[in-house]
Amino acid sequence: MKKLLRALKKSPLYIVLLVGGVIMVMPFLYMISTALIPHLYVIPYPPELIPANASFDNFIQAWQANNFQTYFLNSSFVAVGSTLLTVLFSSMAAYGFARFKFPGKETIFFIFLIVMMVPATILIIPQFLLMKYLGLRNSLPGLILIYAATTMSMNIFLLRGFFEQLPKELEEAALIDGADYFTIFLKVMLPLSAPGIATVAIFSFMALWDEFIMALTFIDDPAKRTLPIAIALFQGQHGTQWGLVFAASLIALIPVFIVFFSLQKYFTGGLTTGAIKG
Amino acid sequence: MKISMRTQKLILPYLFILPAFILFCVFMVYPLLKGFQISFFNWSVLPNTPSTFIGLDNYIRAFSDKIAGVAFKNTILYALITVPAQMIIAMFIAVLINSVTRGKVFFRAIYYIPVVTSWVIVSLLFKYLFASPQGVINYFLTDVFHVSSTAVPFLQEADLAEIPIMGLGIWKGIGWSMIIYLAALSTIPHELTESALIDGAGAWQRFWSITFPLISPTVVFTLVMLLIGGFNVFISVYLITNGGPMQLTEVILSYLYHQTFVYLDFGYGAALSFLMAFVIIIASALQLKFLRKPQELM
Repeated sequence: MKKLLRALKKSPLYIVLLVGGVIMVMPFLYMISTALIPHLYVIPYPPELIPANASFDNFIQAWQANNFQTYFLNSSFVAVGSTLLTVLFSSMAAYGFARFKFPGKETIFFIFLIVMMVPATILIIPQFLLMKYLGLRNSLPGLILIYAATTMSMNIFLLRGFFEQLPKELEEAALIDGADYFTIFLKVMLPLSAPGIATVAIFSFMALWDEFIMALTFIDDPAKRTLPIAIALFQGQHGTQWGLVFAASLIALIPVFIVFFSLQKYFTGGLTTGAIKG
Repeated sequence: MKISMRTQKLILPYLFILPAFILFCVFMVYPLLKGFQISFFNWSVLPNTPSTFIGLDNYIRAFSDKIAGVAFKNTILYALITVPAQMIIAMFIAVLINSVTRGKVFFRAIYYIPVVTSWVIVSLLFKYLFASPQGVINYFLTDVFHVSSTAVPFLQEADLAEIPIMGLGIWKGIGWSMIIYLAALSTIPHELTESALIDGAGAWQRFWSITFPLISPTVVFTLVMLLIGGFNVFISVYLITNGGPMQLTEVILSYLYHQTFVYLDFGYGAALSFLMAFVIIIASALQLKFLRKPQELM
């Protein structure tokens, strides 16, 4: 009885949370239901959450149309490549900052941090000129390099904090056994810091999979487009074929949702350790 | 020849940092300096015509440019409205989730879904939902709740277009602050709130006198981050209205993007970007200076 009363007392909280949750989810439900309506050339009115003639036609058509598979591959290549690059370079740098004393250490670290404070978008104009000058326009490896550079500061900052919390004993033992520092970094440090590395990798991957402004600016060649650009242009070209646009969008969401839901625990935990200290 | 341990220790840290530092200098530090230089030039995009140094002209022009004024106003309004809205709603939701016993993980995930969805996709989605006359929102306004007798032209009028743009900003951002507030709330010892409960403090009083002061550093952190994000609003405007109608919904980034890559006025675009960076840096510095203080005194 007491338990029931307590539960009843809390029921308004659940109702508020559920109403808010519905507002969060409703737009996605309309996106999914629209994607399930085949041969859609106008916005359906009245909107139906469960379409009468639901089918997966749009998904099949989107997957096969307009080089969509190329864009999917491009996005995968760029997001995975730049994530690997930024994780490798920033964990090396973070190790250097966390475990060594050397002249200029805090100055170099400060340069990384201060540029992190600068809003990334003000760099877009000079970066465009730089990419042109280096011959990296319309180059996916070029996109990988610049994506890795933009995520570097944040990752070094997070990983340095992570490395500094790890005990030094294992490294010292390895050093006595005659291992050099690169071996220690690869064989001791990286395995020990797997949760931190995973957090940084997930963050980078999710941000870079969705990156829009740089890809929009540096890539003209239709064959080199990434998914966010392709989807935005797709909507421009197929104005009212919303079913097709949303089917393409939902396919593009799959990798992010897989990463998010399978690693949710890591993800929210890693985000918040940095935030609370900051 | 084996390098001695001492020299190894002296050179090694630089070797570890070098790859990241080179990449960072080439693609971040150099463009930052280069952009500053460009902003003082009438920058030529053609290889044969030289760029001319024009001093502060690009900056002066920004102050007399009507559309730039509109863009600044829209950007600041966007930040002033969406940031507090996100924080207040997120705090409310976080406190609720923190006090229920069942479904914590479920609610946390639900509110976080918009955060992980790409800006491009949710911008198109809101454009679809707010379309007129047949959009979903208009369906609810006219046929379900009968709030309006005719469809509201959300995307055709500048003032109305701010509703989907800002609405999207708030809706997409709530989950991010919420996750951070939830983590901060979980660090507050139960004894504190329980003893206040015994003293007869109401929920509101408990929040203001115990919870809020304890998590205020986290609140400042989200404020700074959200304001920077708010000033950087671009994708939603670019995809929902593209600055229209008649450039009345332009924000700074969409306007400088159009100036640079449509009108090829690189110098002016760069000057606009540095003006915006200046506003952001001043705003962040002020917040940290004034809002951090009371916390440090406690």
